[in-house]
Amino acid sequence: MSKDPVSATPHVVVEDLVFRRGRKLIFDGLSLTVPRGRVTTVMGPSGTGKTTLLRLIGGQLRPDSGRIWVDGEEVARLSNRRLYALRKRMGMLFQTGALLTDMNVFENVAFPLREHTRLPEELIRNLVLMKLEAVGLRGAADLSPAQLSGGMARRVALARAIALDPDMILYDEPFAGLDPITMGQIVTLIQRTNKTLGLTSVLVTHDVVEAMAISDQVVLIAEGRVMDSGTAEEVRAGASEWSQQFLGGHPDGPVPFHYPGSSYRDDLLNEAGRDRD
Amino acid sequence: MIEFLSGLGRSGLHWLAVLGRASTFLFRVLLAQDAVVRRFRLTLAEIYSVGVRSMLIIMVSGLFVGMVLGYQGYITLVNFGAAEALGGVVALSLVRELGPVVTALLFAGRAGSALTAEIGLMKTTEQLSAMEMMAVDPYRRVFAPRFFAGFLSMPLLAALFSAVGVMGGYIVGVGLLGVDSGSYFSQMQAVTDWHEDVMSGVIKSIVFGFVVTWIAVFQGFDAEPTSEGISRATTQTVVVSALAVLGLDFILTGLMFGDM
Repeated sequence: MSKDPVSATPHVVVEDLVFRRGRKLIFDGLSLTVPRGRVTTVMGPSGTGKTTLLRLIGGQLRPDSGRIWVDGEEVARLSNRRLYALRKRMGMLFQTGALLTDMNVFENVAFPLREHTRLPEELIRNLVLMKLEAVGLRGAADLSPAQLSGGMARRVALARAIALDPDMILYDEPFAGLDPITMGQIVTLIQRTNKTLGLTSVLVTHDVVEAMAISDQVVLIAEGRVMDSGTAEEVRAGASEWSQQFLGGHPDGPVPFHYPGSSYRDDLLNEAGRDRD
Repeated sequence: MIEFLSGLGRSGLHWLAVLGRASTFLFRVLLAQDAVVRRFRLTLAEIYSVGVRSMLIIMVSGLFVGMVLGYQGYITLVNFGAAEALGGVVALSLVRELGPVVTALLFAGRAGSALTAEIGLMKTTEQLSAMEMMAVDPYRRVFAPRFFAGFLSMPLLAALFSAVGVMGGYIVGVGLLGVDSGSYFSQMQAVTDWHEDVMSGVIKSIVFGFVVTWIAVFQGFDAEPTSEGISRATTQTVVVSALAVLGLDFILTGLMFGDM
């Protein structure tokens, strides 16, 4: 009964991941491990491929090389049927909520239940109301997605993500663009969901303060690889120069303020510069 | 010159790539067609959205096209003392050509653009990705019912267009210009052949329905997930559908009627 959800086997293992988008190299030999039943946060600047990493874990994208295991299964090698079976055991919270706009809040949360189970309507109703109650939006069951604020949409999406009682939830930028109250609500919900349901949670974000506060493990990525990883304290204490700039929010450092280009002086004075204008 | 040639090559490669993606997409949609029966309520909802909601514009257009045909036909025929043949002229023009072609063009503008915008917006707002992550196949849940609904609705709308057009011709020819009512319909019956005329129109409308819906659903699926991308995809649906319909009409007419 008191089974510890935290097991020795990791929930997700990423090994030597290489992924390109067109000619741009997004991941260059990235490796990381997500322990089961813990909150792991992947942080990094915008455009480093954090969302891409979630899509690779969820099997929506395939790596160019390297391997990703989720729950002991190598995602890229799964047949469609087995991939879909795996996805039933993982929920994903999209940055925008990604609620289905032709359905109200209730129907959105009921959607995975209706698609994957043959439960009687009364039971679906009770389950949906329980999930909505958990995110504090039972009273909003009849609203349409267009009537929800950004934070409410994300809470409904969380209720939908936990509708099938998954083992793991992937959170894509859960704090982006939220006011402090809503951000507090989402932080609490992530923590509570993780603890009460014993889930593995993977967050990708660049909101340092919130992420450091709730994470059991932090992984900092940039330039296609892991820069630092460990508990929040370990990362803070042993941070590389790059990580110090990122965690401290310093405008200049290893990541330069100026986008690389030719010399400013040359650009202002030489003929090529004049001709271009 | 080199730049022109390389631009031509790039453009050719681009369209080949689009055709490749569109063919793969169509193949997967056709494989998912069992969902049309299994999820019949979804399919019905789409038939309502794509077909029933297009009825008004199709009927009004059919009426006016029929009225114009009646008027123009009468003006020409009366010079040869053959005004009684008006029914045949109106029916043949509608059933063979104008019914399928004009309906397909209107269908692309009304239902096709709506399909593209809807699917494109679902892609932009990550609804399709969310479905995939909820282990729900968008090909079965979204694309297959919409594709089938368009494919089924188009021939029915074309038939409706022709029927209303015949009545439009009747209103002008018989009601306003004094052609005999009995002659209007008997001439129509005499010159319209079921296989050669009606079925050729039906075949055309089935082909147009297939192609226009394929283009519309694919353009939504392939749209760049930005507001500009959706706008471009919607325009592409109307333009490419119109060109495809007119081009295919020529080919089908040649195959069915002509010793070309």
